[in-house]
Amino acid sequence: MSTVEKTSSDPRALWEEALRGAKLRDVDFTTLSGEELKVIYTAEDASFSERDDLGMPGQFPYTRGVHPTMYRGRLWTMRQFAGFGSAAQTNERFKFLLANGQTGLSVAFDFPTLMGHDSDEEISLGEVGQVGVAISSLADMETLFEGIPMGEVSTSMTINGPAPILLAFYIAAAERQGVPPEKIRGTVQNDILKEYQAQHAWLVAPEPALRMITDMMAYCSDHAPQWNTISISGYHIREAGSTAAQELAFTLANGMEYVRRGIAAGLDVDEFAPRLSFFFDSHLDFFEEICKFRAARRIWARKMRDEFGAKNPKSWMVRFHTQTAGVSLTAQQPENNIVRTAYQALAAVLGGTQSLHTNSMDETLSLPTEKAVKIALRTQQILAEETGVANVIDPLAGSYFVEEQTDRLEEQAEAYFKEIEERGGVVPSIESGFFQSEIHRSALKYQRAVEAGTKRVVGVNSYVEEGEGQPEIDIHRIDPSVESDQHERLAALRGSRDSAAVESALAAVREACRGDANLQERFVAAAHASCTLGEIAQVLREEFGEFKEPKIL
Amino acid sequence: MSERRIRVLIGKPGLDGHDRGAKTVASVLRDHGMEVIYTGLHQTPAMIAEAAAQEDVDVVGLSILSGAHMQLFPKIRDELTSRGKGDVLLVGGGIIPHDDIDALEADGFAKLFGPGTKTTDIANWIEEEMKTRFEKEGDEV
Repeated sequence: MSTVEKTSSDPRALWEEALRGAKLRDVDFTTLSGEELKVIYTAEDASFSERDDLGMPGQFPYTRGVHPTMYRGRLWTMRQFAGFGSAAQTNERFKFLLANGQTGLSVAFDFPTLMGHDSDEEISLGEVGQVGVAISSLADMETLFEGIPMGEVSTSMTINGPAPILLAFYIAAAERQGVPPEKIRGTVQNDILKEYQAQHAWLVAPEPALRMITDMMAYCSDHAPQWNTISISGYHIREAGSTAAQELAFTLANGMEYVRRGIAAGLDVDEFAPRLSFFFDSHLDFFEEICKFRAARRIWARKMRDEFGAKNPKSWMVRFHTQTAGVSLTAQQPENNIVRTAYQALAAVLGGTQSLHTNSMDETLSLPTEKAVKIALRTQQILAEETGVANVIDPLAGSYFVEEQTDRLEEQAEAYFKEIEERGGVVPSIESGFFQSEIHRSALKYQRAVEAGTKRVVGVNSYVEEGEGQPEIDIHRIDPSVESDQHERLAALRGSRDSAAVESALAAVREACRGDANLQERFVAAAHASCTLGEIAQVLREEFGEFKEPKIL
Repeated sequence: MSERRIRVLIGKPGLDGHDRGAKTVASVLRDHGMEVIYTGLHQTPAMIAEAAAQEDVDVVGLSILSGAHMQLFPKIRDELTSRGKGDVLLVGGGIIPHDDIDALEADGFAKLFGPGTKTTDIANWIEEEMKTRFEKEGDEV
């Protein structure tokens, strides 16, 4: 630039000259993930090609979206995650959400259910119905869906370690409603790899857990072809503290591991890959998030077509659910969370999500109240119907900045794929604590930045209101009687069922663990025999062994 | 002059797997020169109290985000007492409504730290508190 005279009329040179003497605000201009950013991006930064990197929506590599029509054809599904207390209480909340225009259901389970324990086990004390609904048996699942046509509604179930058992309860409950497995639509999260990495609700060690997943994939491709068998999830990785690039890289690395396992189990990649879906976080850094979604689609398409030889375009597509970032919400001035959530929801929509959950403002204090949930749902409806953002597909494409950051995230993800491979793959990297350490390091770095004040959080280290007392919002409390009622329900169930049928169904599960019969079929039979979640899970723990988390600090 | 190091056990009771806060606080306390033992996930009240007794810690910090704090926290306090560790500095944090914080602080818990608390504030608070305790015991701090 030294050759350019001050009198130059070159706009770039003039701008650089102006910038040199200018006083800039003394704040941190990095992304939320700590990435350095330029002051401006130009054609020199973005070297994308229309054909190879962008394409058109509905076409390889899907950077611009998985459907040719995107939101002009159909809006994203507004899917609020809900569940608390008893099956009957959650059933009421589901009906409330459906009556308010929600278009799909999403079940949150309590910790005992997530960990494969019945409500009446000692370890479940105090946790029954707290963060989600308690489902210990087919009877609970039937209550959960009472009056909701299981052949019409699509249901997402956030469950991982015991996912195959909960899916069995769902299939059996649908059958009791007269709906065959062929007709059910929905998703189980069933992403066990990220459990070891971030969320920590596992049942058994990684290898047998992966076998249960391939058994489920085989079962569903034969019997429940509309069921999505894994929702490969970055959400929990991000919430545990990872950067955007780590969320992207670890999630897709996990996805590729499932594909490898499916292929190794003798399944045709194009049989099961179209039933894989994804789940990402939409965090605070607006553009970084949008670029992450776009990069995810492009990377997956390339891997599936070029490395795994998938021929069906549906195998190449990242269809994904998004949830706004729970971890970004503050207990201080909680109404501000409505605004944070709205920006995050906008990023998800501009990133082309297929479905969306918007968090409620009160979630740093307790489970959301009905009022808070309604505002969160209305946030999506305003976005869809008032702002005009759903009118044009991928409106940010071609932005130098957006394209450069999409490339940057893709490059960072590729570097991680290489490192994971060098460490022996996903499972060995879990066992050595690699992912866990990476996530912890990022979480700590961010926390330090907040405490140093270089990353600002309104209400926490910026615009703090002195003498702020207790926030004046309602708290949603779970009635302790939920736990005792569940104990009674389970006692009644154990007293009334055919115990010989229970024993033989559990023995069949045990036998399948030792051999190679399909476990998913045995789980469905055990569900029909009224075996409980804890009983089936106990057989799995005995046969397969439990997972011990590696110590990383 | 020898300085007595503060020994801390960070515990994750219950089935809740959200350990970001626990691990972050553990790392920060370590940076402040404390000896920190982290229990790992999915601990029963007895397991936590047993670890606290065996490691002979001065401070027990509990992290919980599952909503089971009103059941599990008092149980841990009782388990500590039954092992002769009733005098430990007992603190906690997580998703805990204000009313519950008041109730726990009136019932054997020295302090509950809510969301948004600076980790350095936690460390400084523990240091101050332990300084007073060590002085009372006549130890050099």
